[in-house]
Amino acid sequence: MIEVKNIVKSFDGKTILRDISARFETGKTNLIIGKSGSGKTVLMKSIVGLIRPEAGEILYDGKNVLRMDAQEVKALRCEIGMLFQGSALFDSLTVLENVMFPLKMFTRQSSAEREKRARFCLERVNLIGADRQYPSEISGGMQKRVAIARAIALNPKYLFCDEPNSGLDPQTSILIDELVRDITREYNITTIINTHDMSSVLGIGENIIFLDRGEKVWEGNSDGIFASTNEKLNDFVFASNLFKAVKEYIDDRNTKK
Amino acid sequence: MKILFQSLQRFGEYVLLLRKIFTTPDRWNEFFRRFKDEAYMLVIDSIAIVVTISLFIGAVITIQTQGNISSPLLPAYTVGLVTRDTLLLEFSSSIMCLLLAGKVGSNIASEIGTMRVTEQIDALDIMGVNSANYLILPKITALVVFIPVLVVFSMCSGLFGGYVVATFTDIIPASRYIYGLQSYFTEYYVWYTIIKSFFFAFVISSVASYYGYKVRGGALEVGKASTDSVVVSSVVILLLDVILTKLLL
Ligand SMILES: Nc1ncnc2c1ncn2[C@@H]1O[C@H](COP(=O)(O)OP(=O)(O)O)[C@@H](O)[C@H]1O
Ligand SMILES: [Mg+2]
Repeated sequence: MIEVKNIVKSFDGKTILRDISARFETGKTNLIIGKSGSGKTVLMKSIVGLIRPEAGEILYDGKNVLRMDAQEVKALRCEIGMLFQGSALFDSLTVLENVMFPLKMFTRQSSAEREKRARFCLERVNLIGADRQYPSEISGGMQKRVAIARAIALNPKYLFCDEPNSGLDPQTSILIDELVRDITREYNITTIINTHDMSSVLGIGENIIFLDRGEKVWEGNSDGIFASTNEKLNDFVFASNLFKAVKEYIDDRNTKK
Repeated sequence: MKILFQSLQRFGEYVLLLRKIFTTPDRWNEFFRRFKDEAYMLVIDSIAIVVTISLFIGAVITIQTQGNISSPLLPAYTVGLVTRDTLLLEFSSSIMCLLLAGKVGSNIASEIGTMRVTEQIDALDIMGVNSANYLILPKITALVVFIPVLVVFSMCSGLFGGYVVATFTDIIPASRYIYGLQSYFTEYYVWYTIIKSFFFAFVISSVASYYGYKVRGGALEVGKASTDSVVVSSVVILLLDVILTKLLL
C-alpha cells in the first residue's frame, strides 16, 4: 500500500499540488483522474521521487521515501515499474533489448536467462514477433505493451502508469487497461494510474481520487462516480457529448416516470 | 546584472551535473559498450569532413602564404614552414574543434534533449540508473580520447593539402615545400595542439550534454538547446584557447 499525506508542491511560486492525502491499495488499480493540467503527472512523479515535494509524507508500505538514504532509495527503485505517457522506450535499443535493459542493469542473470525473462514478459503483454524491431517501427499500442513489459521485468511491487492510453484508439485503450488490471491482480501489485479517460475510469476504477487544480475534491470508485453530487466531478464526468446525451436521456426518462 | 546571475546559476548547475556524471558506472561492461559505440560514431561521422576541410585549408594556406611573401629575400621553403606552423598552432586544434562543436556538439545536445523530453531520462532515473553517468560519461570519454586523434588526422591532411598544391602548381617546388616542413620544427607544437584538443573535447561534450540534459518542454526547446550549446561551447573554446596558449607557449 502506498499512502501520501499532505503533499504540497509548487513551481516558481505557483502551487500545483495543494495538501493532497490519499491511499493507494495493493492488488487494485488506483486511479488519479482529472483534467489536463490538474497536477496528475506532478503528483505521480512526486510519489515515485522524480520530483521532490515541499511538504508531506510518502509512505511505501509504511516507510517514508523522503527520509530514505540513497541506498534505500535505490533498492526501492528496483521494486517500482513505471509506464510513461509517451512510452519512453529507448530509441537506440530493440524491443527485446528494451525489456532486457533493467535486467541487465540490476540483476546478475546470464544473457540467456535475461532473454528468457524478457520473452516471458513480452508474451505476457501479448506482444510476439516484434523482438528485433525498434520502437520507431511499431505502433503506439505496441509501444505501450513493450513499456509495460519493461516495467514488469523486475517483478515490481509498485506499478505507475501515466495516461497509459493517451493517443490510442478506444479498443486498444480497453485492451491496455485490462492488461494493466490483470497484471495488478495476478502479481498483487500496488498500481497507480493517471487518466482523464472516462472509459478507463468506468472499466478499471477500483479506487479513484479526483484532482481539480491540484486539489483532491473527491474519492471513491467507479460505482459511486455517477451518484456523486460534487459539482466539479460532475463537470468532469459529463464533459463528453456522449455522457451528456446519456445523462439527459436518463434525466428525461426519470422525469417522465 | 540579470545575465550575470543567470550565467552563474548555469555554471553552478553545470558543475552539479559534472559531479553526477563523474561517478563509478553501475555496470562497467555497459559503459564500455556505450563508449565503443560513441567512439565509433564520432570517428566514422566526422573523419571525412575533418580530412576534407583540412586538405583544402592546407592547400589554401600554402597558396596564400606564397602570395604574401613574394620577397626575393625569403627562401622558397618558408612557405612550407609557415603552412606547418599555422596548421599545428591554430587550425588543427582550435578551428577544427569549433567545427566539431557545431557538428558533434549539436548532435549530442539534441540527442540528450530528445531523450529528456520523451521521458527516456526519467525512465532511467526511475529504474535507479544514474542517467547522467550512464548517458554522458561514455560520450565525454569517447570525445576526449578520439578528438585528439581527429586533430592529428587534420594536421596530416592539411600538410598533405599543401604538398598537393606544391606538386601540381608551379608556385613552389615540392621539394622546397617538404624541406620547409622539416626546418625549424618544434615537436612541442604537436603536443601543444594535442593538449589543447583534450580540453576542447571536454568542453564540447560536457557543455552539449548539459544543454541537452536540462531541456524542459518539447521539440522547440530541444532545437534551442542545440544551438545554445554550440554558441556557448564555441565561446568557451575561444576563451580557453587564449588561456591555454598563454600558459603553454
Ligand atoms: N517542471 C515543471 N516546471 C514548472 N511547471 C510545471 C512543471 N511540471 C508541471 N508543471 C505545471 O504543473 C501543472 C500540472 O501539470 P501536470 O501534472 O503535468 O498535469 P496533468 O494533470 O495533465 O498531468 C501544469 O500547469 C504544468 O504547467
Ligand atoms: Mg500528465
